[in-house]
Amino acid sequence: MTTLARSFRRRFLGRSTEADRAVRDTEQPVATSHDEQAPVDIAPNDPLLAYLQSASGAVNVEALALDSPALAELKAAGVKLAVPLVSQGELIGVLNLGPRRSEQDYSTDDRKLLDNLAAQAAPALRVGQLVRQQQAEAATRQRFEQELEVARLIQQNFLPKQLPELAGWQVAAYYRPAREVGGDFYDVIPLPDDRIGFVIGDVTDKGVPAALVMAATRSVLRASAQRLVDPGAVLERVNEHLCPDMPEKMFVTCLYGVLEPTTGHFRFANAGHDLPYVKTADGSVELRARGMPLGLMPGMFYEEKEAVLAPGESLLLHSDGVVEAHDAEGAMFGFPRLKEAVARYPGGGELIDRVLTDLREHTGTTAEQEDDITMVTLARSPSAAHPTIGVGPTHQLVEFEVPSAEGNERLALQRVSAIVTPLGLDQARLKRLETAVGEATMNAMEHGNGYRVDQPVTVRVLTEANLVRVQITDLGGGAPERETEEPDIEAKLAGLQRPRGWGLFLIKNMVDEAHETSDGAGHTLELVMHLDDVSAVPDEGGEQ
Amino acid sequence: MTTSDVTMPVRRRDGAAVIDLQGDVNGRAEHSLNAAWEEATRTTPDAVVLNFETAGYINSTGIALIVGLLAMARARGISIRAYGLTPHYREIFEITRLADFLAINPDEDSAVRGAEGATHA
Repeated sequence: MTTLARSFRRRFLGRSTEADRAVRDTEQPVATSHDEQAPVDIAPNDPLLAYLQSASGAVNVEALALDSPALAELKAAGVKLAVPLVSQGELIGVLNLGPRRSEQDYSTDDRKLLDNLAAQAAPALRVGQLVRQQQAEAATRQRFEQELEVARLIQQNFLPKQLPELAGWQVAAYYRPAREVGGDFYDVIPLPDDRIGFVIGDVTDKGVPAALVMAATRSVLRASAQRLVDPGAVLERVNEHLCPDMPEKMFVTCLYGVLEPTTGHFRFANAGHDLPYVKTADGSVELRARGMPLGLMPGMFYEEKEAVLAPGESLLLHSDGVVEAHDAEGAMFGFPRLKEAVARYPGGGELIDRVLTDLREHTGTTAEQEDDITMVTLARSPSAAHPTIGVGPTHQLVEFEVPSAEGNERLALQRVSAIVTPLGLDQARLKRLETAVGEATMNAMEHGNGYRVDQPVTVRVLTEANLVRVQITDLGGGAPERETEEPDIEAKLAGLQRPRGWGLFLIKNMVDEAHETSDGAGHTLELVMHLDDVSAVPDEGGEQ
Repeated sequence: MTTSDVTMPVRRRDGAAVIDLQGDVNGRAEHSLNAAWEEATRTTPDAVVLNFETAGYINSTGIALIVGLLAMARARGISIRAYGLTPHYREIFEITRLADFLAINPDEDSAVRGAEGATHA
């Protein structure tokens, strides 16, 4: 005898589930002895199935006349009697019996005995089937969870380990994958000249495939960002790299922008990603730039746009997991609500917290997160726009070094100028500060560091209430006092003074205050410029 | 970055020698500025006119170079005039009193003619 339960059930149900596949994959073929027949598959549309389903007991196979391939197969295999196994009204298998060893026909008592046996065996068989099915489903779940874990690991390994600390800026980010792990990603890329690249993207699909495409996109984008300046050109390059190998029906939406922290300029291009929002004094605005998602087709052009984030303004980059989150009635959180949140809430990390709170209220606290949620904010400190805010504390805007080499004072003055420009110093006084910074840096490189390239000059820019301080430090703390002689042009023209020696004189006449300090290791010249007190400017030719 | 070894052209116009200062006026400009001075004063001109319209950044060393030119001009009795200064550098010329020893004119015509519109004679 042999049971056909497994193969019969599979075919009879007419569908192939994950559990079935697992059973096929994990079970070894059952060896058959000479008494056993190989299982006979019964096709779902075979009339034998309907017959057995409705049979009241054991069926005489030889006497059966049906246009049934399975029946023909059974007859050919020598099956004499087929006993349906029914559990809770469902046909779950068939006991097939060959001829009796005595070669006599099956008696009425035999058939009753077999019917009783089938009635007992069917529930037990059903239990066995369910146990196997559950084991298969558990194995499938475990494999699925392992794949999810792999996807999570890939994604988390490619997210920034830390965010940059930029003077005058708050950078915050939030990333929470959905259970099935979508393809969200974000990145922060240090670029030359203190620029910072910000990326947010979303790969279609979920799980490991999305994570792998995300990893590839991130890597290509990082490499391209180092070689190309323009965000549009970077996205074009990434698109060209991704297109040949992008799996079918997959693509990547991505926004890439480059921030110049000193000026607030944010130049960006967008490959079909959700539009970022900027919080302004009047509300919030979208940053629009056209471009197709990455990986769809080669030869795409990505429009570039530029925005200036003024002091007090902030930018939100976000993924569709925010706006497409549904409430219990199926309504989405939506773009208008997010735009309104950007306008209403403070920027930076607090904006993220508030949006997440709103999201939880929208979806309900027990609802499973549908998609990855990613948000990145860049908030520019308001103190730069309104220096009278935050009176008292000193905020360092930047600290950098300049190698002591002839001409490098230009680097220092240009960089300080870029940092100070947004503070609102008028043009004439900004030029004065530039000259003072240039002269002070030149003095530091020459007199403090002897123009030794390996001994840099350190420049710090700080704001405090309504003034800006620029501190220029060299390594000549023990050097003798410099340029003590007051320059007199008539003495110079008469040959009584050397033509040079104008540096400190210019510095003192260009800024509102100049202070020198030495601590034995370093010499610092601090230049002070009031931001809005024009009356503090000394008279021309006067000294502080 | 600073420029170096920039040639500063010398033009002659109506008896004056016009030196077109090019690029940054700093220590690196010393050679080219002195060469231009030599060229401009090879035959004694009525005046040497310094054209700052094409000049870039001027630092204290550049101021010292101009002081040097003034000293040489004084020794030879040649007057120096200037034009094309931005308001910022004009202010520096006044703070350092360079403006007391060279005339600052609004444009080349007045500088070549001399006196007209100049802050100092």
